[in-house]
Amino acid sequence: MERIPILKMGQFLLVTIQVDLYDRLALELEENLIRAITRHNPRGVLIDISAVSIIDSFMGRIFSNIARMAQLLDAETVVVGMQPAVAITLVELGLPLKGVRTALNVERGMDLLVNKVDTNENATSND
Amino acid sequence: MLPATTNVTATETVFVGHEKDIMLLVTLIRQHASLVGLTSLDQTKLITATSELTRNMLNYADKGQVIIDQLTRGNQRGVQLTFADNGPGIADIDQAMEDGYSSGLGLGLGLPGAKRLMDEFHIASVVGQGTTVTIAKWTDE
Repeated sequence: MERIPILKMGQFLLVTIQVDLYDRLALELEENLIRAITRHNPRGVLIDISAVSIIDSFMGRIFSNIARMAQLLDAETVVVGMQPAVAITLVELGLPLKGVRTALNVERGMDLLVNKVDTNENATSND
Repeated sequence: MLPATTNVTATETVFVGHEKDIMLLVTLIRQHASLVGLTSLDQTKLITATSELTRNMLNYADKGQVIIDQLTRGNQRGVQLTFADNGPGIADIDQAMEDGYSSGLGLGLGLPGAKRLMDEFHIASVVGQGTTVTIAKWTDE
């Protein structure tokens, strides 16, 4: 059975989507990822979608859901590697991808997560 | 000069009855789009619109058929897709074409979103009989 792997890397979870998602696979990813967040308590989740060539409103909603659920569980989500054609299509489609933070590539996404975690920790220690 | 007539150079019909069919349909349409020479951006727009419209069809009518036509018109080539179902139909098409309007579980982006992505968009519906949506994307002249 196909499955999107979720890797633990230090205080982050790394998800690389290597295929175009169909509904069941996307819903399973949502469920598995939330379960993994509960188990590992990561500070952030990085989702690489560089191999994804189609994001419709259903897929967009899955990404928004994941980001919001992760937020509730105290983890930041960054989606990285969106293909330019996908970005243009999303805008014309009118899909807002609410609450989803994006970065150009894995490296920038990781920087964003590390900075975010550092900022949060500084804010906490100043309390 | 006479206006260029549109000719169908190839056609294929696919029946859709399950969400897992969407990915196969999308792969097939990308091949047709690639064969007529649509850019990779236009291919992405076409398959995204396909995904939205097929999902609509499955949500409201459970199943339907998609006709894929390769077209020529003068120097242009294009792909036309016809999504036909025998579902409940749409009572108020103007309302269904409004952004954010949804009678189902969706975001209400399906029809207006698909229209924005396409060069041509046509919808016809009879309540109790079904809905037919036709879209087309053309290459540059």
